[in-house]
Amino acid sequence: MTDLTDLGVAAIREGVAKGEFTAVEVAGAFNAAVVAAQPALNAFITLTPEKALEAAAAVDANRAAGKALGKMAGVPIGMKDLFATTGTKTTAASNILGNFVPPYESTVSQKLWDAGAGMLGKLNLDQFAMGSSNETSAFGNVISPWRREGSDAQLAPGGSSGGSSAAVSARIAPAATGTDTGGSIRQPAAFTGISGIKPTYGRCSRWGIVAFASSLDQAGPMARDVRDCAIMLEAMAGFDPKDSTSLDLPVPEWEASLNADMRGKKVGIPREYRMDGMDADVARVWDEGIAWLKDAGAEIVDINLAHTKYALPAYYIIAPAEASSNLARYDGVRYGLRDLPQGAGLQDMYAATRAAGFGAEVKRRILIGTYVLSAGFYDAYYTQAQKVRTLISRDFMDAFQTVDVILAPTAPTAAFGLGEMVSDPLAMYLNDVFAVPASLAGLPAMSVPAGLDRQGLPLGLQLIGRPFDEQGVLDAGLAIEARAGFTARPAKWW
Amino acid sequence: MSVDTATVARIASLARIKVTEEEIAAMVPELNGILAWVEQLGEVNVEGIAPMTAVIPNKQRLRDDVVNADPLTGGDVQDKVLSNAPAGEHGFFGVPKVIE
Repeated sequence: MTDLTDLGVAAIREGVAKGEFTAVEVAGAFNAAVVAAQPALNAFITLTPEKALEAAAAVDANRAAGKALGKMAGVPIGMKDLFATTGTKTTAASNILGNFVPPYESTVSQKLWDAGAGMLGKLNLDQFAMGSSNETSAFGNVISPWRREGSDAQLAPGGSSGGSSAAVSARIAPAATGTDTGGSIRQPAAFTGISGIKPTYGRCSRWGIVAFASSLDQAGPMARDVRDCAIMLEAMAGFDPKDSTSLDLPVPEWEASLNADMRGKKVGIPREYRMDGMDADVARVWDEGIAWLKDAGAEIVDINLAHTKYALPAYYIIAPAEASSNLARYDGVRYGLRDLPQGAGLQDMYAATRAAGFGAEVKRRILIGTYVLSAGFYDAYYTQAQKVRTLISRDFMDAFQTVDVILAPTAPTAAFGLGEMVSDPLAMYLNDVFAVPASLAGLPAMSVPAGLDRQGLPLGLQLIGRPFDEQGVLDAGLAIEARAGFTARPAKWW
Repeated sequence: MSVDTATVARIASLARIKVTEEEIAAMVPELNGILAWVEQLGEVNVEGIAPMTAVIPNKQRLRDDVVNADPLTGGDVQDKVLSNAPAGEHGFFGVPKVIE
């Protein structure tokens, strides 16, 4: 019998439907893989093997009864610990929510359970999704299953969805949810040689997802290949009246419509992304991606995205500003941690609670956000950043007059080592330089694995599409996947 | 623009985060590094450009004006609302005394 943990979403769903194996067998295999890997990788904050088995048993029973099976039937997944799950601790990787047990379920996770998925556990992440290396979690670093050739130095799995990327690439989950505010699905996917898509802003409901920067936050799937992402995104997306920014549009049949034929399509290559001193391997893989899409029939067009260099500084005003506002709710009164020093009044309790509960990076961003929104500075920082955001969005819309999809690297480097960037917040921020522009413009964007660098580490290519055109992004991703022949996986050392 | 220790202390107070003098001293150069970097936004000509308000055009919806339109977020869930409260007492959120 094949090792069930070698299978992805489509293969599991098909095998369960055909009766080649049961959903309970699949859940059991992944539960065991999770337990075996947890001490080494720390990809999970909470394990829920019983939830995975319970959902699997329901799928097996439905199949036995001849009932229709859902899009994710029999697929056990990892759930980023930013999605509220009824009765299961939801921490956002922060001590301030260290013991928070939601009495409600996020819309996206509910949709996945309704589609027949089961939960292996809650995945580790950067605290409140603020970070690019998973080093800001209050529950310890996630260790990437990948290692440089000839080295056992610990590498970052990317962030903030670092537990998700580590789990999928280590084959301890066939797929996982991620959230992307400024690259938090795409960068970790690139770092670990998997696929991940951030859909158009509003496709997936934000209801029940711990908020970081509400105008940017979007959920999306992380899985081994493009088809698996398409399947899972269909299960996650859809209108939700409980999210005021949810798109009231039908969910397209992305999986059934997948088509890697790029004839008649135009692919834009943004000049501004080819930066001075660009990593040679990243540049090489990008050139290969261009050749692959040409081979698939696409016409390649050079485009300008003139305000690219201003995207990252604009993001680091807008996202902290929204975070400072969103995180004001953690006050030690209604839920979460309370630190009440002897004799303290209400204001002192707030300040002590937030000092004890938030990690250093979260505090840093709240302080920046508070500063840029404070009287006298609001226009110079926040309003200016939102105007620049309009220009960034306009650059994309102008480009999409000519091209159908944009191809760029996902990240400027392969995975870096744990501890290498953590002392310099600014250097860490710069790792999101290629991911943030699409976030600011609310566009669908995907990372697919494209090759290995000189140290044997995965590199990703990014596809950015028009608003609502996840299909165009997935199709171009599929064209690259078919030609990249990326089969590398981390050697099992855990 | 740059911040000094007094400014960082004031921001921390506005943000209701207790910070020690050592933490403030460490944060001053970090925040100044970030602020100096975002300064470059000032180079961009934004004359006549409206600040972004909605990244994807969407209309604001109103929910039906009925009680308990959604049982999950409607009324009669006092126990659930208080289930995570650090000091939920007698059906209320308990807080330290606020009136002298």
